[in-house]
Amino acid sequence: MPSSLSEQVGRIYTDERDRILATLIGMLRDFDLAEEMMQEAFARALLQWSESGIPSKPRAWIVSAARYKAIDRLRRDAVFRAKFPDLQRTVERAGEAENPLVFETEETFPDFPDDRLRLIFTCCHPALATEAQVALTLRTLCGLTTEEIARAFLVPTQTMAQRLVRVKRKIAEAAIPYSVPPAETLAARLDAVLVTVYLIFTAGYTASSGEALIRTDLCGEAIRLGRLLVSLVPNQSEPAALLALMLFHDSRRATRTDVAGDIVLLEDQDRSQWNRASIEEGVEMLRSATTGEANGSRYVIEAQIAAIHATASRPQATDWARIAALYGELKRVAPSPVVDLNEAVALAMLRGPEAGLERLAELERSGRLAEYHLLPAAQARLLEKLGDRQSAVVHYRRAIALARNDPERRFLNARLAKVSSPSVFY
Amino acid sequence: MQYLLLIYSNESAAPDTASPQFTAGMKAYTDFTKEIKESKNLLGGNRLQSAATATTVRVRDGKTLLTDGPFAETAEQLGGYYLIEAANLDEALGIAARIPGAQWGTIEVRPVYPMQQSA
Repeated sequence: MPSSLSEQVGRIYTDERDRILATLIGMLRDFDLAEEMMQEAFARALLQWSESGIPSKPRAWIVSAARYKAIDRLRRDAVFRAKFPDLQRTVERAGEAENPLVFETEETFPDFPDDRLRLIFTCCHPALATEAQVALTLRTLCGLTTEEIARAFLVPTQTMAQRLVRVKRKIAEAAIPYSVPPAETLAARLDAVLVTVYLIFTAGYTASSGEALIRTDLCGEAIRLGRLLVSLVPNQSEPAALLALMLFHDSRRATRTDVAGDIVLLEDQDRSQWNRASIEEGVEMLRSATTGEANGSRYVIEAQIAAIHATASRPQATDWARIAALYGELKRVAPSPVVDLNEAVALAMLRGPEAGLERLAELERSGRLAEYHLLPAAQARLLEKLGDRQSAVVHYRRAIALARNDPERRFLNARLAKVSSPSVFY
Repeated sequence: MQYLLLIYSNESAAPDTASPQFTAGMKAYTDFTKEIKESKNLLGGNRLQSAATATTVRVRDGKTLLTDGPFAETAEQLGGYYLIEAANLDEALGIAARIPGAQWGTIEVRPVYPMQQSA
């Protein structure tokens, strides 16, 4: 049975919304107006298509209908004209006010170019605060509602609404361009886009507080954005590497927590439950990112590390020597104390707990990870392996005090209980 | 679009006017100003006397209150400005980054509010 018109329009909305919106923002130069006109055009489509049937180019139809609605408002409404003087000028220049689109001849609609890349670069402009970039990207490119974004980032809806108003106002009033940056700044600007996408992913992957450890929606949206970037910027290795990295992490989603919502460590996860399709897509993406010269940029190295874990058949088969070497490279490209921590853990796996503890002690002395629960947690785990249960207890307690969410606290408490229990021998 | 580029730097760390550093800085500013004049971006600009020469004025209940010194005591002080015309923020930011003072101080880029052109 063919699906109903409203179902079909709903599908068109889901599939084409971000591309339609990107085109309309480019035409109307206003985020809110573009969205309002798009909604009206879809409402009109439901009415008109019930009589005429779905046109052959529904996306172009919607874009044209939305533009026509804006022009129509412009001609009828003086307040509206005053509110959008730029639009008025654009329309006058194009001579479109005299020549509105005719709906009967939809075959003549132009195939509007894909403006989503321009939209991404505008939403992730470095002149915008990071949290504003994230919010605007989720709102415009992913179509999340203000309430959904607010819930995902644990802020009141009112706060998120104000953040979105402010960021759109800055884009308009500071004249942030709606364009793909020129070649000489493309790499730096693309990096800002990737940071924002990865931030959305990590926000979804590890909730910073509260009960749920994984907020799947954000991970899914970040991967969707990653795929979009790969298709829009096909000749760059970084988007493919970032997508690979996210896919490898996401492949373990089902096994990262148990039925009770408790954390399961990588070495204890049921590898048969890892998402094979995601891993294969990740391997493919990583291959396309590493063809040509051996470039060791941040996401490429991180994806290579994640690939080793994702493709190891059992924990013992993990190539720790290669992982330690890759963390060494990553330290040069993108130095951070968290990378130092991971390198120390890899060294512990390679050469034994003492080697890891030595590095972690250096890191602790530097004070750069004083607030990070995984430093004392890693120390506790290695001390536990060495049989120094007293020191392990001290470090687990320190980690628990710093843990950011309930699953982390529960996990660390369980380890603490185990190491404190006199019946367990190491 | 017009943008005001506000140039902030630490006055106390500024090189002595007799030093070669100062001369080099002056030349860099002269060259830069010439460049943005030729590219038709320059609308105006000036170097300011030191923040110690500033006086702030407030009128409250019809009374004029004067205070010696700048509006806010900050680590870096407003030392000059350019008013430029640029196509968009990216062009304005690119010009701001070329201001010699960006190498040691801070440039604040502010879009100018577009006033309605009245007769």
